[in-house]
Amino acid sequence: MEQTPAIEVQDLRVRYGGRDILKGVSLSVRAGEILVIMGGSGSGKSTFLRQLLGLEKPFAGAISLLGRDITRLAGRQMYALRRSMGVAFQGGALFNSMSVLENVMLPLREHTRLDEQTMRIMARMKLEVVNLAGFEDLTPAQLSGGMIKRAAVARAIVMDPKLLFFDEPSAGLDPVVSAELDELILTLRAAMRMTIVVVTHELESAFKIADRLTFLDRGDILMTGTVDEVRACPNPRVQSLLNRTPEHGEVDADAYLRRLTGR
Amino acid sequence: MAELRAAEAVETLGRRTVQGVEELGYHGALLGESLYWILWGWRIGQPVRMNHIVKEMVSVGLNALPIIAVLSLTVGAMLAIQGIHTLQTFGAQGKVVLGIALSVTREFAPLIVAILVAGRSGSAFAARIGTMVISQEIDALRVIGINPVRYLVAPALLAMIVMLPAVTFFSDLLGLLGGGLYSAPLLGIGLDVFWQRTLEALSVEDVLQGLAKSGVFSVLITLIGVANGFSVRGGAEGVGRSTTRAVVISIAAILIADMLFTYFMNR
Repeated sequence: MEQTPAIEVQDLRVRYGGRDILKGVSLSVRAGEILVIMGGSGSGKSTFLRQLLGLEKPFAGAISLLGRDITRLAGRQMYALRRSMGVAFQGGALFNSMSVLENVMLPLREHTRLDEQTMRIMARMKLEVVNLAGFEDLTPAQLSGGMIKRAAVARAIVMDPKLLFFDEPSAGLDPVVSAELDELILTLRAAMRMTIVVVTHELESAFKIADRLTFLDRGDILMTGTVDEVRACPNPRVQSLLNRTPEHGEVDADAYLRRLTGR
Repeated sequence: MAELRAAEAVETLGRRTVQGVEELGYHGALLGESLYWILWGWRIGQPVRMNHIVKEMVSVGLNALPIIAVLSLTVGAMLAIQGIHTLQTFGAQGKVVLGIALSVTREFAPLIVAILVAGRSGSAFAARIGTMVISQEIDALRVIGINPVRYLVAPALLAMIVMLPAVTFFSDLLGLLGGGLYSAPLLGIGLDVFWQRTLEALSVEDVLQGLAKSGVFSVLITLIGVANGFSVRGGAEGVGRSTTRAVVISIAAILIADMLFTYFMNR
């Protein structure tokens, strides 16, 4: 029996000031899958993630998370859906005014009526999962880059969400810490059966964790497939991303002149 | 060529006007949304939390008291010096008590407090929210399901509405004291007599008018601070720019509002 997909995006278009950032993206993520969204800078992958998180409204198209179209949800329903979503932002986005433990407890405080002690225990359990036990009383400013990211993961999973999103998990980390984070992502999926979407441009980490990869380029999806399918893909843009070869597109002399003269 | 330049100037003017109206609308929307959360939040299970309000009250009000005290005493004394100097010309130094009493309560205390709090707290609102925008903390709040206006703006607004008039009253007392300390010895009267004459000169309405003004200022400072914070773009430099902008616009808004308020209240 075919399960309903955890995430389903249909013909998503995003436009800023007359420019198309996403030109009709469609994508489906199965429950329990790890999907990696790859693309260079300017490919629209950050914009795509902001759409998936419901932070911005699209120009057209639909985004279904767990069967509900978030482009049409009322505030109350979206609030309820937020309980089943966790996000680890690129820079961690921990609240600087709070301790690590307070940061992790915040979603519990917001969405549950548990007593203080229970919330503390639950938050500490998640800090154990990300290997940050004993650091709960520090403030984010006292943590290293890798610890901040792990604390952000703890906060993202404290409500045991069904959907987990990572924005550039390995950005700014050394290779060892970055590999640890990849391990953590795999562990989380195995232990909690979450559906995980990772946005990154790190090939190595993408190949290690992905069930499937999606290549985004200039607002379009080039291809979606497993690691082997991606390696075998003949598309030159995909191959240039894989082999890190610089691209030399065709030069259109007229367009080039027009750009230079500004006419 | 000249025509082209004129057309450009008109276009710039038009664009600025639209921006200005947009910004005004944004402030109004922020105020409306904050009031919605303050009044309705607890009914839909997303309350404005008391501990946040108290924390803001301490930082905008209590922590400002020492510097407010110093400034109020100074301004009171300054008014006494100027008042006596001017009134001497008419041989009417005795009237300085009335002058100090009215100008402190109706004008100077609300203004001094508002300008100081705009510099201390208005800028802090802009800087804090701006930094949170840059570091994606605002996005993090939203994905957790916490409305940033409810979490950051509503507590600040409530705290300001309560604390600014309270601090202004405190400033009234110290301003009058400052005036008394300078002028009582010169007039050959005791502080107690000065105080008694001050009370005779003042009506409840004078004090209330000053406090009502500071209520208006509190809303202006908060909205301008947070609106500039939310519109931060472009990293640390952007935060600096918005913070400065928040203070400058707040002070301008305070002075203009003061003039309008005074005009309509005293017709």
